[in-house]
Amino acid sequence: MEAINRFFDGDVWYSFKQSPITIVAAVFALICILAAVLAPLIAPHNPYDLAQISLINSNLPPAWSVGGNASFLLGTDQQGRDILSTIMYGSRVSLLVALCAVVIAILMGVGLGLLAGYVGGRVDSIIMRLADIQLTFPSILVALLIAGVGRQFVPRDLQDSLAIYVIILSISLTGWVQYARTVRGSTLVEKSKEYVQAARVIGVPRWTIMFRHVLPNVLGPVLVIATLNIATAILTEATLSFLGVGMPSTQPSLGTLISEGNNYLFSGEWWITVFPGLALIVMVVSVNLLGDWLRDALNPKLR
Amino acid sequence: MSAFVQLNNVSKTFNVSAPWLNRVLERKPETFLHAVSDVSFDIRRGETLALVGESGCGKSTVARLIVGLYTPSRGSITVDGKLMRSADETNDEARLMRRKVQMIFQDPYASLNPRWRVADIVAEPIRTHKLITDSAAVDKRVAELLGFVKLTAKDGEKYPHQFSGGQRQRISIARALASNPEFLICDEPTSALDVSVQAQVLNLMKDLQREMGLTYLFISHNLQVVHHIADRVGVMYLGRLVEIGDKSVVFNDPKHPYTRMLLDAIPDLHMTGKARTPVAGEVPNPLNPPTGCAFNPRCPKKFGPCDQTRPELQGLADRSVACHAVTFS
Repeated sequence: MEAINRFFDGDVWYSFKQSPITIVAAVFALICILAAVLAPLIAPHNPYDLAQISLINSNLPPAWSVGGNASFLLGTDQQGRDILSTIMYGSRVSLLVALCAVVIAILMGVGLGLLAGYVGGRVDSIIMRLADIQLTFPSILVALLIAGVGRQFVPRDLQDSLAIYVIILSISLTGWVQYARTVRGSTLVEKSKEYVQAARVIGVPRWTIMFRHVLPNVLGPVLVIATLNIATAILTEATLSFLGVGMPSTQPSLGTLISEGNNYLFSGEWWITVFPGLALIVMVVSVNLLGDWLRDALNPKLR
Repeated sequence: MSAFVQLNNVSKTFNVSAPWLNRVLERKPETFLHAVSDVSFDIRRGETLALVGESGCGKSTVARLIVGLYTPSRGSITVDGKLMRSADETNDEARLMRRKVQMIFQDPYASLNPRWRVADIVAEPIRTHKLITDSAAVDKRVAELLGFVKLTAKDGEKYPHQFSGGQRQRISIARALASNPEFLICDEPTSALDVSVQAQVLNLMKDLQREMGLTYLFISHNLQVVHHIADRVGVMYLGRLVEIGDKSVVFNDPKHPYTRMLLDAIPDLHMTGKARTPVAGEVPNPLNPPTGCAFNPRCPKKFGPCDQTRPELQGLADRSVACHAVTFS
């Protein structure tokens, strides 16, 4: 309770109230998240319940155009599934993948960065050169490589059900470098401060110093990068799905929806691909704006 | 009384060479910085030895060597007859030494973890060494320690940023006292504080010394502070001890020209009208020290052997001093 009061009295909340763009972004992000989380409860149809879909309703345009049906607000796809519902279910998958990937990337990156910065020497060189090598490749290429190779290790009949794990892994393996570099830098700064030396003089074991003293003091920038990276992870997942190495069509994410709708774009059914695309843009832009704001709000030099 | 803390020819050399690849390509030799060279002194139990000198003379390095943050390149350090261990060692004996020897740092704004409550900061040595395991008893002990430094138990709930510099330094002292140490190393504990607060912290340290029988090594560049707190004074110049003796002897009758130079530079508050001589010149580059006596480029008494041979620390009746002018007179 005290913590909540302190938050609402603090600078961060104040700077939030001062920025209308951020408020709008937060509202949109909240809508996206709620729509995704509550999809089974609030979606007008369940697009993956075969009993509910009917081919009679296939390729219906949005409700407001000629031939539209009021019960399918954004139209239907070639199998008669409601686009609005598929978007809600799809963003569920997209968000889940992005969140899991970011969490794993944070765990990896923070751990390795802390180790590199605090232990130093050869451990530092190995970890950071590895990070450098990975950074020389475009991240989407690395993700594509890992997702592609990862698939080959999964039995064919399990490929669709395990796809989500492969894709989470591939996105997190491309994302850890940023956290590792940031945390290593802050660790080097913190390590030279006198409170760390004081702990060494007291005789605190090295691992305890790392996790109890240094770690809490290097997490600030990580929060900012994590927010920005959620947007990147959503996009990476969509790209991978669009390229066909992501989520299968039985469990489609926004990327899969865009990819599948893409096939019908030139035959006139533009709504199948445009609406999931718009949803993706709204989601990514609003999360990005929130991240930008958080970066500025937590930067003492800009206060 | 025999020596409680003993330094025998302690030296610390830092390798400050360029990275290996640069050295090979640019054909540069390895370079070493001799931060501390052949420093030997004793501290008796219950006494305060102050080390003074300009910035970069190696006094902080001596502090860090004694406490184990650095390991000596040569020489040995014993505390209570036992060899001092590096802060990275974790065996039982090293842990025992960690309890006995504690340090107070220079910057009270950096020496307390900003994310820890004061009570946790002060309790850290107790918890680390499992001196008390019962959590209620730990709280009681923390309250007692905060009481020693004139803070209240309620202050333990706060975070370091809610305190002033002097209060923070007192928290540092409480933390240093938590493991019942016998020897405290104070690395310029008052240099970051206001003059008005300095006296308060110094008097507190003196009181604690009397009550608990602590031994202090006090590092400072402020001679007035040293005069206030020290029993004996050692003067360092470019990594070497140049004069060491009882406070009254060194302050009233400095023999080494460098000690005299430092004392002459003290502002004269009594307005006796005595002209103040500023310290002339600068400390030479320790990477490329002058030959002979390191002080010779600045020394008013320089003569024949000064830039040829280095004077060794000579024991006189009341002190030790390293100066050709003193030895030959």
